[in-house]
Amino acid sequence: MDWTALTLSLQLAAWTVAILLPVSVFMGRFLAYRRFRGKGLVEALVMLPLVLPPTVFGFYLLVAFGRNTPVGDLWQSLFGQPLVFSFEGLVVASVIVNLPFAIQPAQRGFEAVAADVREAAKCCGMAPMASLWLVELPLAWPGVMTAMVLTFAHTLGEFGVVLMVGGSIPGETKTIAIAIYDRVQGFDDRGAAIMSGVLVAISLFTIALTQWMSARMGRRLS
Amino acid sequence: MTALEVMARATAPIPLDVSFRVEPGELLALVGHSGSGKTTLLRTIAGLWRPHAARVVVGGMTWLDTAAGIDLAPHRRRVGFVFQTYALFPHMTAVQNVMAAMDRPDRAEAGRTLDLVNLSGLADRRPAQLSGGQQQRVAVARALARKPHALLLDEPFSAVDRATREKLYAEIIALRRHLAMPVVLVTHDMNEAQLLSDRMVVVAQGHTIREGTTAQVMADPQALRAMGIRELAAMLPAIIAAHEADGLTRLDAPTGPLFLPGVVGAPGARVQVRIMAHEVILSRQRPIGLSAQNIIAGKVARVVPGAGPGVVVHVDVGGHEILARITRRAADQMALTPGDAVHAILKSMSVARDHVTPGPGSARVAD
Repeated sequence: MDWTALTLSLQLAAWTVAILLPVSVFMGRFLAYRRFRGKGLVEALVMLPLVLPPTVFGFYLLVAFGRNTPVGDLWQSLFGQPLVFSFEGLVVASVIVNLPFAIQPAQRGFEAVAADVREAAKCCGMAPMASLWLVELPLAWPGVMTAMVLTFAHTLGEFGVVLMVGGSIPGETKTIAIAIYDRVQGFDDRGAAIMSGVLVAISLFTIALTQWMSARMGRRLS
Repeated sequence: MTALEVMARATAPIPLDVSFRVEPGELLALVGHSGSGKTTLLRTIAGLWRPHAARVVVGGMTWLDTAAGIDLAPHRRRVGFVFQTYALFPHMTAVQNVMAAMDRPDRAEAGRTLDLVNLSGLADRRPAQLSGGQQQRVAVARALARKPHALLLDEPFSAVDRATREKLYAEIIALRRHLAMPVVLVTHDMNEAQLLSDRMVVVAQGHTIREGTTAQVMADPQALRAMGIRELAAMLPAIIAAHEADGLTRLDAPTGPLFLPGVVGAPGARVQVRIMAHEVILSRQRPIGLSAQNIIAGKVARVVPGAGPGVVVHVDVGGHEILARITRRAADQMALTPGDAVHAILKSMSVARDHVTPGPGSARVAD
């Protein structure tokens, strides 16, 4: 059992969720309520990581983040280390790859808040942030919750992008999914089986947790 | 409290060209068919929609003036809005819904507001655990909790059954004593409009067809053509005198005693009775041997011709008017002219249950 890899994966998932939570809420709400030109294009862009092969996506990120690129140079000058093949680079890649998982369910959640209920919030004197906090978020919460769980679970299992952008540096970019791959390559079926089992258990637990929470939410509203 | 002035003009998505004024404490009914633009007008007042050109002024404070570039955000307008669907916050209890509209949420005060709409004891229920009528009361309480400078009611009775609606009418009428602000009621139900409003604006295709006191509008065949000429009716204030053994209720009206089937209310209670013009028969002589229980002596005040074969005869009875919609042929045969003595005949059974309500007209009875 590679505990370092597991811890790294959990850290990566936690960072990804922490960064994507506000993005999920604000982008999800924005896409749910606003109509603007090019909305279809924005939605398609958000969904892109879902359909693109992870290796292709990882390749583009590598090209965008590497040395002698604007992003890579900016990072290097700010933090004194390259973005690619580092944990920070993994986090950035993970955030981008998880956009569809973080935004789509939240958008559905906000769309489920009836328009007249939102209007009632305004007529009750609630400013936009008050309305978000007191009315929209409590009602859209199952969607946002689902988004975060999917993001968490998906980050734990992400393989292609992580391998492309992070390499496989133990303690830095070698996540549990890559550790499993390594074990299989090294004919350590037992080690791979244990780690896979742990991943399955964590994933099942998170999904069960959301289902329990949304069921509780559903009971409150009906 | 001060008056509400509204002017709205637009060409899309619906044509709109309406302006009206509502005095403090006054209830104005905006009536019209669905799609006539009446709900759009309410939404304009609340700031939920902005027409091409519009002005909304409440008490010298301008909420919206497209010409001057003023457009206050909805949450900055002191407006109480009761939505057709009530739009309660489903995750909050009744009392939390009311508190959500308060500047400084105060549970005790929210509780008193719920008492005002007869909802004491249900404060901790969520909307899903309340009946339609109870949800409507929460919506009204929430609108009042905002301490609104204008109270807007968008078809607030359309989602409940008839029996509940009658109860809610009575409650709104009773509540009006506490309401000092201008109130706008949007409805397509002419009975409701006549029972509840002081003045009416009839809207069709976004334009005002007629504006006037409720009594004027409800007596005007031209105004009612859009809404159904059979809605033509007069309101008579009365006091419940006695419930008689055979199920009839005797009322004291300016016309003398009025016998109606089982009116709800204790003797002494003030009510108003909506008398449909097409249910009234006129006779020169006092008829005898007739089944109708109400034969009311009066004088012809006016004969108003309609567009079709009918005329509307205004009959003055003890300082109030009863309307009779009869054929022009009958009016000619009877040679009715103003000042003539006539008898208005009204079957007891022709007055529907929901045409008798507790009166705001109660004050007028005392006058």
